Amino acid sequence: MARQGRGRDLIQIYETMLRIRLFEERVIRSYPGQEMKTPVHLCVGQEAVAAGVCRNLTDKDYVFTNHRCHGHCLAKGMSMSSILAELYGKRTGCCKGKSGSMHLSDPDRGILATSAIVGGNIPVAVGAALSLKFRKSRNIAVVFFGDGAVDEGAFYESLNFSALKKLPVLFVCENNFYATNSPQKARQPVDNIFKRGGIFGIKGFRCDGNDAVEVFDLSKGLIEKIRKGSGPYLMECRTYRWKGHVGPDCDFEKGCRPKYELDGWVRKCPVKRLEDKLSRKGLLTGSGAEKMRVKIEREISKAENFAKRSRFPNTGELYEDVYWKG
Amino acid sequence: MPWTEVAVERTISSRSPDKNAAGRVLSYRDALREALGQALKRDPGVFIMGEGVDDPAGVFGSTAGLREEFPSRVLDTPIAENGLTGFAVGAALAGMRPVLVHMRMDFLPLSFDQILNHAAKLCYMSGGRSHVPLVIRAVIGRGWGSAAQHSQSLQAMFMQMPGIKVVAPSSAYDAKGLLLSSIADGNPVIFIEHRWLYDVKGGVPKKEYLVPIGKGVVRRTGKDVTVVAVSLMVNEAVEAAKELKDGGIDIEIIDPRSLVPFDEKIVVDSVKKTGRLVIADMGWRSGGAAEIILGRIHDRIRRYLKADVQIVALPDTPTPASHRLEKAFYKNSGDIAKAARKAYGLRKK
Repeated sequence: MARQGRGRDLIQIYETMLRIRLFEERVIRSYPGQEMKTPVHLCVGQEAVAAGVCRNLTDKDYVFTNHRCHGHCLAKGMSMSSILAELYGKRTGCCKGKSGSMHLSDPDRGILATSAIVGGNIPVAVGAALSLKFRKSRNIAVVFFGDGAVDEGAFYESLNFSALKKLPVLFVCENNFYATNSPQKARQPVDNIFKRGGIFGIKGFRCDGNDAVEVFDLSKGLIEKIRKGSGPYLMECRTYRWKGHVGPDCDFEKGCRPKYELDGWVRKCPVKRLEDKLSRKGLLTGSGAEKMRVKIEREISKAENFAKRSRFPNTGELYEDVYWKG
Repeated sequence: MPWTEVAVERTISSRSPDKNAAGRVLSYRDALREALGQALKRDPGVFIMGEGVDDPAGVFGSTAGLREEFPSRVLDTPIAENGLTGFAVGAALAGMRPVLVHMRMDFLPLSFDQILNHAAKLCYMSGGRSHVPLVIRAVIGRGWGSAAQHSQSLQAMFMQMPGIKVVAPSSAYDAKGLLLSSIADGNPVIFIEHRWLYDVKGGVPKKEYLVPIGKGVVRRTGKDVTVVAVSLMVNEAVEAAKELKDGGIDIEIIDPRSLVPFDEKIVVDSVKKTGRLVIADMGWRSGGAAEIILGRIHDRIRRYLKADVQIVALPDTPTPASHRLEKAFYKNSGDIAKAARKAYGLRKK
């Protein structure tokens, strides 16, 4: 295995993607047990964006995400135990059972807020970037949002202000072509999300969001520029969610999407693609990949046991943390 | 944080805060300006943002000249209310202490998403690991044909959002002390200022001091009727007290100073003594601040009540522009006096 340089990055990215994939698959398997009583918005199929971008970040960089947040949180280094316990509504969850799946956060890992209001976290990320600028920090803020979020005014208000103040923020649109069940073409007259910062002077780039290498390389270049004071950039990563908008099932059988569309994207599986690329380059062997998988499955099982065995919050905790007491 | 260095002034007089003034008299607007200047000086994490905060008028004078003194931390902004609130929320989450200024409270509904879904909830949703130390100054006012979109007192809407504090100072002393407290607070605070109060003068110490949020004050002691008055209505109640005294009714005026948290005890103690209650607010009657206050304390006061509680609040119509209609719409000292007489069981003179 590659110990340094880009090869090492790619192997790390692969491992992160596999962690996200296997984590989500475990959620899918466990969900019907009805112990996780929280709506889950799964990111199976979209792993490359989270893993590719976050590989370029440190704990001191901020990540803001949305209801489809598991992948970003894992890629940013959150522990599986704290996430799963939160999904199970337990006191040991990252947010003491107050967040569920849609509001995961971990300030120690730079995940300051996760919003289930589409587009709601875009200005919040810009504000965090403003704070970094005030402090003359080299760190940056990254916000992940879907194509639905660019329907919102908050997106444009954020582009305008961040360009005006040259803020260190990377806007990452994961265009999976659906907002709930509305296809992009039913909501947007032109398929040009990456160009939408242009009127504010923000350069935008489009990439194949299922190609982790492309996501990594593009974001790496942009993040380096942002750290040097370039101001904001916008990335549109074209990808696809394999599961329905919410819940562990696919939705094509309900007529939400055509089956052939899903099949086409499954053939472009980002995890498989990177695995193939790494093995072609001799960076990853079949047994190496298998070892990784076993290790991750063990980690997930441990996290799941922890989550299931953890205690629920006391009902008195209902009233805690409404106001900051510090 | 620098704010921990400020000793909270817990010994504030429960009668007239102006007695603490050490002789120096300042207007409400200058008290606000002084508080902002001192906060900016004390803490490099404090910054002010909002449309026109750096212009010569300086938000009715309350931010005038601050840009010259703190050029990088007094930010004029685009007119993007929801975005701005989000920017302030994010900056606060990341360790700053923003003060966001709106020249009209009517603009806040544009930022409800950020206030209600984000600022108010992030501490709770994070299990107390994150918090949003944000102050939103919202100016309310009335009169001169300001009409339906430049006049609204929307405090009740914010009182319904757990996670937010709502503050409404009525004196120059409280304006400074409560603004400094709001900036020092770790929570989102809606800080309500009435335009008609900007010229009101009172004793204001030069030093920094904090008026605790959630502690009401008795503005006038009286034995017959308790009048809880919010913001400008405190001044109207003081006028009403003079009129009523001639008629033999002695009202006690309570200024809650903050609506969330609300000092229930000071009101309950007063009603125990008087047995009669009038609540005067500048917002609408239905579901308004006065009804919310009454709802909160009713169980605790009903056994002391000798008469029905009277509410002085706006009729449930949008604000009209015509001077003649405005006169019928707004409430003043005469309405408070009328309500007090009714509570006292006397017919109108």
